[in-house]
Amino acid sequence: MKYMLLIYENPGTREAFFADEKLRAEMSAYVDGLRASGELVDGEGLADPSTARVVRFEHGVPAVTDGPFMEAKEYFGGFMIVDCDGIERATEIARDHPPLPGGGAMEIRPLMSGGGSED
Amino acid sequence: MATKRVEGLLRKLAPEVLGVLLRRHRQFDACEDAVQEALLAAALQWPSEGVPDHPRAWLVTVASRRLTDAWRAEHARRDREDADFAALQSDPLGPAPDERAPSADDTLTLLFLCCHPSLSPSSQLALTLRAVGGLTTAEIARAFLVPEATMGQRISRAKATIKAAGAGFSMPPKNEREARLRVVLHVLYVIFNEGYTATSGPSLQRRDLATEAIRLTRLVHRLLPSDGEVAGLLALMLLTESRHTARTGPDDALIPLAEQDRALWRDDLIREGTELIAATLPRADLGPYQLQAAIAAVHAEARSSEETDWPQVLALYELLERVAPNPMVTLNRAVALAMVHGPRSGLDLLATLDADERVARHHRLASVRAHLLELAGETVAARESFKLAARQTTSAPEQRHLERRAARLSAH
Repeated sequence: MKYMLLIYENPGTREAFFADEKLRAEMSAYVDGLRASGELVDGEGLADPSTARVVRFEHGVPAVTDGPFMEAKEYFGGFMIVDCDGIERATEIARDHPPLPGGGAMEIRPLMSGGGSED
Repeated sequence: MATKRVEGLLRKLAPEVLGVLLRRHRQFDACEDAVQEALLAAALQWPSEGVPDHPRAWLVTVASRRLTDAWRAEHARRDREDADFAALQSDPLGPAPDERAPSADDTLTLLFLCCHPSLSPSSQLALTLRAVGGLTTAEIARAFLVPEATMGQRISRAKATIKAAGAGFSMPPKNEREARLRVVLHVLYVIFNEGYTATSGPSLQRRDLATEAIRLTRLVHRLLPSDGEVAGLLALMLLTESRHTARTGPDDALIPLAEQDRALWRDDLIREGTELIAATLPRADLGPYQLQAAIAAVHAEARSSEETDWPQVLALYELLERVAPNPMVTLNRAVALAMVHGPRSGLDLLATLDADERVARHHRLASVRAHLLELAGETVAARESFKLAARQTTSAPEQRHLERRAARLSAH
């Protein structure tokens, strides 16, 4: 089963992360561990929301706006896709993530699969 | 064509060659790597240069050489020429062409090792496909839709775990064998299902998993002909696979059993599966795979969905629930109950599952309930339940199917 772990950060998260050498080391050990277990499929960090662009569909017409488009306290900062034995294991993987400075959250979402049962 | 034939031969020989190496050298991880390299070399050479006279001996020779090379490199790296190495040097490496026929038990021992309880389920699948099935890491990765690097890591980790657990190349002790065999059968069943439930399109290569699972289960059945559950699992796979072409429509939409075009069911597989389960049931200790195969056989013999012997299906589900109680079995029994005693009885049984956290939020509960509500003529409730099921499933084809059934009820 594949899951996407959506990482929500807040404005202070990265700053605190880069200031903390120990945390950075923990983070790279964490990723190495997931890679070595053969569970990590993919993962990326996202650039700051201020660099974003939004295409919004209003009555079927796309309207483009530059960021920053929202003053959210928490925003989508990155993701990991893991392939593991179930939601319990995926949750464990999220819990093992080094603590996000200043709060933050991870959302675990199953990916839709291509196979299906007919009964 | 030559490539296909070579592939088939290599997959058959893979566990035998690994068995020979393990008997000599014990180290599972190193031997498995060496065999994989020999298989790759053969897959490149044999289609163009022809299959050698003694293909197994050829593979054993090449794999042994790779093993020596790997050890030599390892020892050189450590800059250490110890007694081990000297012993290895004096070991005659090239096996004679009359290498004794590999023991049938080797393959079984190998299966037990790959399905070792210290491994996670997904690692058991991957390792079984590679070490016993002779598939390459790339093929396994494609089938499971993950990058090759991810699958490669998973296999290495699995081998390291086996090594750390101190598991050797020997049959599990007698008192554990029964339980360990159940794990092996479950792994084969999951491999089959991964392939069977794949719809066409980008997941086509996953289909090979069903074929591979049947091949491996046939192998185990040949090795353990008197085990009822092995026979039951093989029969279940054959009977299920017989419906494969009928289970999806032209746009990959799933077609439920009751609506399938039964002319598309494969008679050869139905015959083989039915004969196998009919021969097994009277003589073996009853088990869940045999009962599921018996249910599949009852469905297979009905020429139309109306002719299904539902009382028989119901009796078998009741038996299955006693032998292996599980909420998914209760769900299926509710369908049979509805077909025999009317949708209300089925719905009443489903109500008992609402408090069971193993299925309470599972889409199958909502979709079975929707189906029975539809049979009971409760259109509005049925539609809501189909919509709930569509939100709960994580399968795209199932979601499409459930949304359609909900829409069909709106049109009325």
